[in-house]
Amino acid sequence: MAEEAVIRVENLAARFDGRTIFEHVSFEVRRGEVFVILGGSGSGKSTLLKHVIGLYPPAEGSIHILGEPMGGLDGAARTALLRRIGVMWQSGALFGSLTLAENVEVPLEEHTDLPAEARSLVAQAKLGLVGLADAAGRLPAEISGGMAKRAGIARAMALDPPILFLDEPSAGLDPITSAGLDALIRQLARDLGTTFVVVTHELQSILAIGDRCIMLDKQARGLIAEGDPRRLREESENPVVRAFFRREVLA
Amino acid sequence: MEASLVTAVEGPATRLAFTGGLDAAATARLWPEATRQAQDAGVLTLDLTGLTGLDTAGAVLLLRLERLARETRWHGPPPGPLQAVLDRTRQALAAPPAAAAPSLPALAQLGQATVRRGQDLLSQIGFLGEAVVAGLGTIRRPWRLRLAEVLRHLDEAGLRAFGLTLLLGVLIGVILAFQSSIPMRRFGAQSFIPNLVGISLLRELGPLMAAVILAGRTGSAFAAELGTMTVNEEIDALRIMGIDPVAWLVLPRLLAAILVMPILALLMDLAGLIGMGLVMGSLGFPPVGVVNQLRSAIGLKDLMGGLFKAAVFGLSIGLVGCRAGLSAGRGPRAVGDAATAAVVGGIVSIVVLDGIFSILFFRLGW
Repeated sequence: MAEEAVIRVENLAARFDGRTIFEHVSFEVRRGEVFVILGGSGSGKSTLLKHVIGLYPPAEGSIHILGEPMGGLDGAARTALLRRIGVMWQSGALFGSLTLAENVEVPLEEHTDLPAEARSLVAQAKLGLVGLADAAGRLPAEISGGMAKRAGIARAMALDPPILFLDEPSAGLDPITSAGLDALIRQLARDLGTTFVVVTHELQSILAIGDRCIMLDKQARGLIAEGDPRRLREESENPVVRAFFRREVLA
Repeated sequence: MEASLVTAVEGPATRLAFTGGLDAAATARLWPEATRQAQDAGVLTLDLTGLTGLDTAGAVLLLRLERLARETRWHGPPPGPLQAVLDRTRQALAAPPAAAAPSLPALAQLGQATVRRGQDLLSQIGFLGEAVVAGLGTIRRPWRLRLAEVLRHLDEAGLRAFGLTLLLGVLIGVILAFQSSIPMRRFGAQSFIPNLVGISLLRELGPLMAAVILAGRTGSAFAAELGTMTVNEEIDALRIMGIDPVAWLVLPRLLAAILVMPILALLMDLAGLIGMGLVMGSLGFPPVGVVNQLRSAIGLKDLMGGLFKAAVFGLSIGLVGCRAGLSAGRGPRAVGDAATAAVVGGIVSIVVLDGIFSILFFRLGW
């Protein structure tokens, strides 16, 4: 039996001011896998992510998350679907006036009726899970970039969503912090059974965490590869894919 | 299946049996009843054999119940994902929480705040020194001054504030004239309203109100712009390139603020006198009489004293705004804090300076 697809993107196109970023993009993300969207700078990775989570309306095509059409929902149905996904933004996007614990409590306060004590304990548990229990009372301005990303993951996980989207989780981090974050993603995917969709162009991260991947290309304005990143590195005949994985200069 | 809780009390022992999926919604619903039962229980038995689902909120509830009871016995959940959620949450909550910062007694806090204010004042004086040094450097090498930047700030701080200054000036003149006409009518002294309004405007209110406008519009803009540059590490980039941020960024702003303030104050004076003239006209006084009264009451000394004060106010507002921006912290909140500090600090500084000028002018007999 084929594994269940929790995200289905069909024939998606993104255009801004008549300029096509990508088109004819179709793929599926299966339950429980770490799915990586990769590509060079300017290939449209983050744009694709923003389409999938419903921030940008597609110029063409359709997106289904957990069986629901992303573009066809509004009001309570859309809110209910958004509760079932979590997003970690590239910068962490933590609210600067709130402590890390308060940041994690925001979705709990908005979307549940949990009493304050329970919210505080859940926030503490989530921060403990990403190794930030001792920083719960600190403001985002008082922590490092790596800590902000981990706090962003804790906030994204606050409601135990079945799908987590991570935008460039390793960008701007040192190799040790980056490897720690990769290990955390693998651990969460294994322990929680959460589906991860990760946008990145960090080669080591892609190989360390990705079960499957798609690759976008600026010139092709769409997908040029799909599959297991380790196999793509070894077997792909596409010169752009080969250059990307082998860090070669394209002729 | 919606979670439910069945309670059975047998003497000191309480059995809480959870069934169904214990998610955040179910946890919120069952929390008060479950915690109350656990608090009262001598020996608490948590029966989780009927659980079909468990998320972090549910696990937090179960672990909270365990802590509330004197003794807890667990039945289930069966090994598998539910047990993993429980174990993971237990492990995460076991991490030592952040140690709270020790709170100081009230007197020590007052002392600390006083020291901070003192340091702040010293730093402000130091910043004035830096600006003076940068200014002297620019006098030696005038071609280093970024003239285009000075003109941009003159436009933003001056030309674009003309409309607001005119409007407020006319209104202040009208208000002063009307308010003074009532008591002065009692003494038959309405013809002296131009004297009162003229002196008030030229010596005091014109420069002061123009300075309030500059502090609100331009001081905050200086702080926000420089604060954003600080947050974006642009100031650090300047320093690393061997460029003095005070000479590069602060001096053009200070110069613009010093130059624009007398013009705004003069505009405020003229607009206020026009407003006063309108009121006098409505009270039946001819324009010639009003002008003659003004001539007899105010002189060039009043005007120049006011304009000199205005220039000093401009310097003060510029200094406070630029320093607030350059000493901004990190994050988006820092920019807002810098803008607030610029407006509050700017207004406080002009009132303090105005007080000093009042004493000085009185002593000099001006």
